[in-house]
Parts: sequence; C-alpha cells; structure tokens
Amino acid sequence: MIQLNNITRVFNQDQVNEVLALKEINLTIKRGEFVSLIGSNGSGKTTLMNVISGAVLPSTGKVYLHGEDATRLPEHKRSKWIARVFQNPLGGTAPDLSVLDNFRLAALRTSKKQLKIGITGAFKEKVRARIAELGLGLEDKVKQPMGTLSGGQRQALTLLMSTMDHTDILLLDEPTAALDPRSAEVVLQTAQRIITTYNLTTVFITHNLQNALNYGNRLIQMKNGTIVRDLDAEAKEKLKLQEVYEWFG
Amino acid sequence: MIFYLSAFLLGLCLSAMGLGIFITMKIFRIPDITTDGSYTLGAAVTAVMLTQGWPIIAVIPVTLLVGAGAGILTGLVHTRFKIDALLSGILVMTGLYSINLSILGRSNIPLINIETIFTALSIFDKQIYNEVWVGLLFLVLLSGLLAYLLRTDFGIAMRATGNSESMTRAMGINNDRMKIIGLAIANALTALSGFLVAQYQSFTDINMGIGIVLVGLGSVLIGDALINWLKIRHIWLQLALVMLGCILFQMVLAVALSLGVHPNMLKLITAIFVLAIVGIPRLARNRTA
Repeated sequence: MIQLNNITRVFNQDQVNEVLALKEINLTIKRGEFVSLIGSNGSGKTTLMNVISGAVLPSTGKVYLHGEDATRLPEHKRSKWIARVFQNPLGGTAPDLSVLDNFRLAALRTSKKQLKIGITGAFKEKVRARIAELGLGLEDKVKQPMGTLSGGQRQALTLLMSTMDHTDILLLDEPTAALDPRSAEVVLQTAQRIITTYNLTTVFITHNLQNALNYGNRLIQMKNGTIVRDLDAEAKEKLKLQEVYEWFG
Repeated sequence: MIFYLSAFLLGLCLSAMGLGIFITMKIFRIPDITTDGSYTLGAAVTAVMLTQGWPIIAVIPVTLLVGAGAGILTGLVHTRFKIDALLSGILVMTGLYSINLSILGRSNIPLINIETIFTALSIFDKQIYNEVWVGLLFLVLLSGLLAYLLRTDFGIAMRATGNSESMTRAMGINNDRMKIIGLAIANALTALSGFLVAQYQSFTDINMGIGIVLVGLGSVLIGDALINWLKIRHIWLQLALVMLGCILFQMVLAVALSLGVHPNMLKLITAIFVLAIVGIPRLARNRTA
C-alpha cells in the first residue's frame, strides 16, 4: 500500500527558476491496485514516482509505505518494498555483469549481500526456469553479459528480476518508451502477468494512452503538479480512447 | 638473467597494487590516486616494524589496516563532502606524506641484515629463485582470495556498483558505503605492495611512492588490453592478466635499462610508456573509424 499525505515538492526554492513540481498531493493506492499514470511533460508524474521511490524527498508532507513512515528513508532502504523498472533499459540492470549476476542481486534485494558464493547450481536452475517462462528463448543466455541483450529483452528480464525477492510495490517509469511496438507488447504482458500473480501494487507511467487504457485498474491524470482525474476500474472500463485524447486537447 | 628475474619479482611485488588499482579503476570506475601515499605508508610501517623486531606475520595485518584506513579517508572525503574522487585522492595523498615522514622519523630506513618475507624460504641455492617463489606464492594466494571475494554475493554487489548506480540503489545497495569499502580494499592492497617492495629493495624511502600510481595505471591498462583482446570474463583470469600486466610493465623498464637508458630517465620512460599504452590504441581506433 502507498499513502501520500499532503505532498508538496518545490525545486530550486527561492530562485528565479523555482518549480512547484507537486502541489499538496493526497493519494492512497491500495494493495494490488495497478495505476496507470498519465499527463503531459512537466505535469509531475515522474516527481510523484520519485517521491514514492525515495529518489526525491518531498518538501512537505508524509509518505507511508505498507503503513510505515518512509518519508525520510533513502532510496536503497525502500528497496525492501519496491522494485523498479526504468525508462532506460540500462537503468535497471548492470550491463557488464552476467544475467545470472544480475538475478543474484535481485534475489538479495531485501537482504544482506554476504561473503559467500550465492550462485549455486540450484540457483542457476531456478533462474533458468523463471526465464524460460518468458518464452523469449533467453534461458540459454544466462552467462552472457546483460549488455549484450536488446532493450526489450533487458526490460522483460528487469521485470522478472523484481519477482526474485519479496516485492510489494512495482514502479514502472515508461518501461516501453525506448522499445519497438512488438517488444513493448511483450514487456507489458509480462508486467501484467507478474502483477496479477504476485498481487503487486503498481504505478505505471506512460505516454501511450492506448496502453494506459488497456492496462491497469485505475487511471490517474496529472496536470501542473496536481491530480486532475482519478478513475476507478469501473469508470476506466467505460472510457474511450477518444475521450482521453480530448483531455489533452 | 638475474637482472630480468629481479624485474619479474618487482613486477610481482607491484601486482598487489595493480589489483588494487584494477578494483578502483575498472570495477568502481573511480580514478583514485591515494596510491602514491598508501604505497609509501605500507612501506614505512613495514620498515619501522621490522627494524623494531616485529615478526612478519604481525606486519601484514597492520599494513593492510593502515592502507585500508587511507582508502576509507579518501572514500569519506569523496562521498561525504561530494568532492571529486581525483581531488579527494590528492588531498589524502598529500596529507599522507607528512604522516609517512613522521612514521619513518627520517627520510629513509635501510633493511639490511633483517629477516624479510623473501628470506623465509631457502630451497634453492640461488637466493633470487627463493625470492621469486615467495613472491609467486604470496600473489597467487592474494589473488585467489580476491577472486573469491569478487565472486561472492558481496562481490557481485561491488561489481554492480561501478556498473549501474541506479540499479544498485534499487537493489538495496548503499553506493557510498560500497565505494568506501572498495577504496579501502584497493589501498590495503597498495600498502601491501609497499610492504613487499620495501623488503625486495631492502629499504624504505619517503619518496619511493612518487609516480607509483602511473606504474600501476600502466600495468592495469596492459592487463585490461589483454582482457579485452582475449575476451576474458572469468574474474580470476582477469586478475591473473592484471598481474601479468604488472610484470610486463617492469620487464619493459628492465629492457630499457639494459639498453643503456640512464636510471634518472626512468620516470620519463614510464610516463612515455603509459602514454603509448593509452594513446596508440586510440590513434588506431580514430584511423579506422
């Protein structure tokens, strides 16, 4: 569960280039909710997500994750709840490390990285089996450096990595922006499957309005740092793509 | 022959530093030049402890600790004050000069007629063979330990930190802490080179560290070129090639000396050689591009 109480964030306070990125945002996202977050550039979507992840701390207001006050927790400490997929496929993986090494770290996201060899035969098999579920034929490439895979393959693997350890919240920041339409479809379907299977609380930022309509069970539109529309599953179901385009007109 | 064996042994002694620089430069991608100071620091502590009659087995952990301390200092300056890594290294290195001088008490301490790590073995008639074996054994052990460390879960986290900081943050890794640990390990290894070289040359001199970072850098670049050329992914083979780079570097300097180059010119030769290692591949790349 994510709870934002009265969140305001100002960048470059008291300078000529002062920006009010978020204005008194109140938002509660329940367990298992899959929120599609839309809005034009500069509307505050990414800042909102960064306030949740801890990459940006709010100027005022409180952030509760799973009922715990996380307002001042740094990013790396919030990783016990949060898994992330970044817009840039390079952001969520270490390119020079093997696929296996990347999965090993993901499996230890919420725990200590100890001085013992964790990549055992059993672990390799587990990773291979998980990757095989994707159906992309990547299970034979686990020893390759992550950087040798395509952007789509890396995003799909990043999603899968989020399930290697206990996860409550999944943050998807335009995960398909750098991908061709086919790869984008694969990644989003993978996301959908993972979110349903593990009952994850999800925030999904996208500029693709069709995707925003097709995926998720709640739709939020932001404008000038505030939430201007918030549709539940039922209202979202009835929504037509044309109407959403008009919001941006 | 003995001349080249001696250069080989010096290369081995400097390999510990090479491994350290490999960690900072290639794994963490931090340009750390604390090296000049931590190398002399290791040598100074060694000289003082050995002349006071401490056993070698006690000198090693102290050397590692003081080296790690220097690295932690650079790491703290770099991460806490958000000062550029290069400048942090220069600050600590400069400060260490005075520390080293006060440890030594004078500008140099000879280690003549003192039990050293190299006199510990006496299987062969020729002393140099014994020394080379001691050096080899020591470095094989050291690189084996380091390779193990880098393959553990903690080691994977270390390697990922230099590769993608956004990824490691998302994986619950404290990047700043990791960098400090990396610098500590690297400078502990560098101090260990000081420990070995002091005993190899039978003295510690306050100026022995000047420009040593360049020797390490050149050696690691040779090793790295070999790693890329042979497409080596196994971490322990990578470490072995870095050590080979250190030995090759000393061999080149030995050849230069045997060709009649004046020893005063050695630093200049070193600088030109490193420039050649860095520059020539880039020139070649520009031509083909």
